[in-house]
Amino acid sequence: MKISKEIVREMADISRIKLTSQQENKLQEELQELVGFLEVLNELDTENTQPLTHLFQISSVMREDRIFPSYDRTALLKDTPEHTDETIVVPKTVE
Amino acid sequence: MTWETVMGLEVHVELSTKSKIFCSCTTQFGGEPNTHCCPGCWGMPGTLPVLNEKVLEYALKAGLALNCEITRYNQFDRKNYFYPDLTKAYQISQIYLPFARNGYVDIVTRSGEEKRIRIHEIHMEEDAGKLIHSAYGDYTYPDFNRCGIALIEIVSKPDFRSSQEVIAYLEQIKSTLEYLGISDVKMEEGSLRADVNLSVRPLGSDKLGIRTEMKNINSFKSIERAIDYETSRHIETLETGGLLVQETRRWDDNKGKTFSMRSKENSRDYRFFPDPDIPPISISEEFLLQLKAQQPELAHEKKVRYMSQYGLSEYEARLLTESKFLAKLFEETVELSKNPKETAVWMLGDMMYLMKEQSLEASKLCISHEQFAAFITAVASGKINRTVAKPIFEKVFASHDFDVNKYIKANNLLQINDEDIIKQVAKEVINENPGTVDEYKSGKNKVFSFFVGQTMKKLHGKANPSTVNAIVSEELEKI
Repeated sequence: MKISKEIVREMADISRIKLTSQQENKLQEELQELVGFLEVLNELDTENTQPLTHLFQISSVMREDRIFPSYDRTALLKDTPEHTDETIVVPKTVE
Repeated sequence: MTWETVMGLEVHVELSTKSKIFCSCTTQFGGEPNTHCCPGCWGMPGTLPVLNEKVLEYALKAGLALNCEITRYNQFDRKNYFYPDLTKAYQISQIYLPFARNGYVDIVTRSGEEKRIRIHEIHMEEDAGKLIHSAYGDYTYPDFNRCGIALIEIVSKPDFRSSQEVIAYLEQIKSTLEYLGISDVKMEEGSLRADVNLSVRPLGSDKLGIRTEMKNINSFKSIERAIDYETSRHIETLETGGLLVQETRRWDDNKGKTFSMRSKENSRDYRFFPDPDIPPISISEEFLLQLKAQQPELAHEKKVRYMSQYGLSEYEARLLTESKFLAKLFEETVELSKNPKETAVWMLGDMMYLMKEQSLEASKLCISHEQFAAFITAVASGKINRTVAKPIFEKVFASHDFDVNKYIKANNLLQINDEDIIKQVAKEVINENPGTVDEYKSGKNKVFSFFVGQTMKKLHGKANPSTVNAIVSEELEKI
């Protein structure tokens, strides 16, 4: 699979990050390498192999429906780049 | 050209578990912003989600009641998107293995039309937070209290052709989930939300047109309006040679219009993959049988039983069974009063009127079934007449410790059946109104009700109305 500039830009857009053209070039190269590495898998016959989604053979791990005290809001907000006393602040999402 | 509207529904239902789906924060509605949160529902690195067992139980109950096939081997997947209504940049959902598939709901529309609506699938997922937009500045303030509340999303097939069918389907889903006791199903609080996928096509065509998805509709009334609006917008666009775009549109209830939601448009690529943090869930046959055995009698089953057991009409039975709280009151009252017909008459008439007038939900009723039954017995046995009964019912309705029989006795409201007393009063009225008697005699039959009314008034409204009628008529004939 060929990683084009368009793919790099689309991924940046989806991830809401801005890239300089220098960074675009670098990422294109690195992603191409990564995809090339993964393409080894395409050479294998996986016809009868189930996809591996979990590494451990455990299932049905659940907890009781019990309430525990929530976290202190001040502590949750402390490390965010911008916040009020009640919420974090983000750029407006509607016009 | 005649057009046909084709719709499919995505219904999101918040399950009424005490704690969230993957962490132990409370699910209580309201609360100061971001006070029902923890590093788990904020998606902090190093936290791990653990499924709430009640969520699985509630979800499966819904799946079984909506006639679905249950998936025995379940997984959760990540739906990746970057938007500030959740912090971890993905929503945990079920894409590849939804827990329920291929169900159906049999609906009856208001005009009596019957139809089967197929359910494509139901999956479990976590709710996202609520965004509060600043009215002045260029900011949005996310409240993550709702983040991580358990949801099921019920996805129908595109089987709807009218807003009536959509409403009937939603009413039935609402009632079924209420009976199961797994959700508050309150549209205005957002615990039941419906997104409508809509397209139009020339009648007779079997190809689907370009569809739009409408979000943010939060009442049955708005759903009807939104569907009507969007249908005409589609038809108008097509008939004037315009182009429809497949997109998500937001319904604005005040303006009565839908608007394109541009901000999320190019985030359609969700890059789904199985969530490695949550081990798969296996569901045993025994567990399903156990849940099936717990399933209460549902509204549509009750309706059929009410019709055959109590001789109620389809309409009466439907109204009484739509809410489990009304059905419970009805059954408990009938058990004591042994009079289903009279009980139904008062519930569907005066009670529904009062509920509507006070915008009171069935779950909030404080009427006691014992007192209601005592009231029904008093009316049905002729102990009190209907004129007197009306205000008494209002008191029964308003307070659960109001004592009907004590009140009737204390206020001397027993119905007067004694013919001698009634005859005496009727004679008085006739003697006091010679002019009106002449009018009556000259053929003006209308004034008859004047004599009845005056007689009733003198007896403080307590006399048996049919006896009064008979006696007044008899006495007038004598003159």
